[in-house]
Amino acid sequence: MIPTIVRNGFLALRRDRGALVLAFVVPLAFFSIFAIIFGPMSTNSTPRVHVLVVDEDHSAASSRLVRGLHRERALACDTRPEAKAGEPQPPDYTAATAEAAVKSGTAPVALVIPAGFGANPISLAPAPGRKPIRILHDSSNPVAAQMAAGMLQKVAMTSFSTSMADVGMRYFALASGGLTPQQRQNLDSSLARMHDLEARRDAQGDGAAAASSENSGGLLPVEMRDVVGENKKSPMIAFYAAGIGVMFLMFTASGAAGSLLEEAESGALDRILSARVGMTTLLAGKLTYLVLLASCQLTLMFLWGAAVFHLDLFTHLPGFFVMTVATSFAVAAFGMLLASISHTRAQQASIATLLILTMSALGGSMFPRFLMTATMQKVGLLTFNAWAIDGYTKVFWRDEPVWHLLPQVAVLVGAGALIFLIARRFARRWESV
Amino acid sequence: MTAAAPANTSIPLQIDSIVKRFGEVTAVDGISLDVLERACLGLLGPNGAGKTTLIRSIVGRVRPDCGSVRVFGQPANSLAARKELGWVPQELALYPLLTTRENLDAFGRYQGLRGKALREAIEWCLDWASLADRADSIVKTLSGGMRRRLNMAAGLIHRPRIVLLDEPTVGVDPQSRNHIFEMVEALRAAGATVIYTTHYMEEAERLCDSIAIVDHGRIIAQGSKDDLVAQSFGTRSDVLMRLAAAAPVSAAWTEARGGTLQDGVAHFPVDRPSDIASLLEAAARDGLDVVDLVLRRPNLESVFLQLTGRDLRQ
Repeated sequence: MIPTIVRNGFLALRRDRGALVLAFVVPLAFFSIFAIIFGPMSTNSTPRVHVLVVDEDHSAASSRLVRGLHRERALACDTRPEAKAGEPQPPDYTAATAEAAVKSGTAPVALVIPAGFGANPISLAPAPGRKPIRILHDSSNPVAAQMAAGMLQKVAMTSFSTSMADVGMRYFALASGGLTPQQRQNLDSSLARMHDLEARRDAQGDGAAAASSENSGGLLPVEMRDVVGENKKSPMIAFYAAGIGVMFLMFTASGAAGSLLEEAESGALDRILSARVGMTTLLAGKLTYLVLLASCQLTLMFLWGAAVFHLDLFTHLPGFFVMTVATSFAVAAFGMLLASISHTRAQQASIATLLILTMSALGGSMFPRFLMTATMQKVGLLTFNAWAIDGYTKVFWRDEPVWHLLPQVAVLVGAGALIFLIARRFARRWESV
Repeated sequence: MTAAAPANTSIPLQIDSIVKRFGEVTAVDGISLDVLERACLGLLGPNGAGKTTLIRSIVGRVRPDCGSVRVFGQPANSLAARKELGWVPQELALYPLLTTRENLDAFGRYQGLRGKALREAIEWCLDWASLADRADSIVKTLSGGMRRRLNMAAGLIHRPRIVLLDEPTVGVDPQSRNHIFEMVEALRAAGATVIYTTHYMEEAERLCDSIAIVDHGRIIAQGSKDDLVAQSFGTRSDVLMRLAAAAPVSAAWTEARGGTLQDGVAHFPVDRPSDIASLLEAAARDGLDVVDLVLRRPNLESVFLQLTGRDLRQ
């Protein structure tokens, strides 16, 4: 009896392509996708943190620090905006322009080296009156600021080794009651060799990358400021609402669009098409329903965010409305495409699961894209998730005006329209045979 | 029904030499038909004969490889033709999670009805299908017979002049079947032209004034029931006689008089009812007791068997 039951199970599985794909293809696909996304995190190809560097001091020490930061492989430093084609090179960043650039999302962190830094670059003890290096950051990327701060200390140790020795010996002399003339002579000789070595290394340029230990002793006083989220009640809620919202929106749209397959199977589709309804009208009606459904779902998600997690929804309504309509349209068209290319509900469910989870993984719904490698971040732009999350981030996080959403809206609406046309093309199979 | 004629706006349905193939299978193989106003044509044939493909060609859901279908002179797929056609498919083509009234409302709107006209049409449907007391019930909670009736109402809510019923009694109990017959008869009384496909000859006999027997995508015979029987059997009838004798004795006696023994019953073809008397005399003469005796006129099933050598329900 049991062998018969087992045999029947395998026979049914073999003939159910949807179940077969879910059982054997989807897990492999996901394993591969996640390995590609997260695999590089444990290797040397860790994504570099983009840092804007502002030197207000223009001293030898500050220049040495900037050079050290440039040499640091974990950081991608810029001291000036990238020149646009055919336009003159823009001036170096100032504290104000760097802060504006962080607010607009150009980079997650800016380091501002204050005037007077070179007079006393490092200190082993609190020094009244010293201005700290300011780290202006965007807390939507919490890793970047911490990484930049750590790297700053590391660069300080490797760039100011002689200064450290000078300062260290001064403290030693004070604490020990003074050095003998012989000790003083030996020390001066050693420090002179170190100065010479440091000068030669500066002359060699960026090729001599620092390779010191991971020690960070807080040599440089720093002041960190969250320039984007400092006034936000609940910084990352919009990001999560958009990320999770879009992923579930796609599942909802896919499921609802599947009613087309149910109607085809029940004969209702034939009956509708034999009435005064054409296929384009029918699909447009379904699309409208899906857009409204998805909009309601997103609205509910953000209202919940506002009620429970203090998301500042009501001061961002225009941007929210624009992004919600554009995202819902794209997702609805995607649902229509899934229904039109599938022949059964089971097949549709398999394809939907594979595509939606893949897009969500790549597009940042599951894992922030800024933590992915540059290549994976670019690949993520092939998904609706990435564009929707970027748009909502602009609205809720960066407080950007509605017209700044043009790229995201154009991509979502354009892609949605194209996908709908493709779905319409596939739906021809339901017209007269 | 006549042979196909030139497009004529007064003839409800003109089908001219349509052929439809699905790969290697020819589902409809050159059928021509004219269906006149207020007629009720039964398409009688076994499963797979091509009846449904023919119906789907009429409503524009199947594009014939050649030939044409005209509805009051208009091409089958035109808007003008759709307005005149009401199709009740074999499947329960309904929204199971909507109520009876909501289904009628949806299909009425798909047919272009709005406002008062739609409300009146819904009320007519509920009354015609005897579903007024279940108007607000979710469809999936209705009985099979109720769903069948709603399926019919949803297809005919726009009160078309031509009604196409594709096996509307499949899977319903005898009581519901009678209910459906009454609905069809009401449509006929209201002046609709009806095309009714079935493989139940008793339905065709009861409802249709003309019958086309379809097999392998062709119409192999056409006419009224009496015409078809007369064409196949003339005046011949069957006498069915059960004898109180051992099977070998009964078989030998039956064969000796030109009959056949089937399931213990002797079948004798007779031209006149008076021929029964000679059979009874012969049985008495040979000492055989007759337990039961029936005179049966050939029916459509007999006609189909005669024409194709197969049973209608095969």
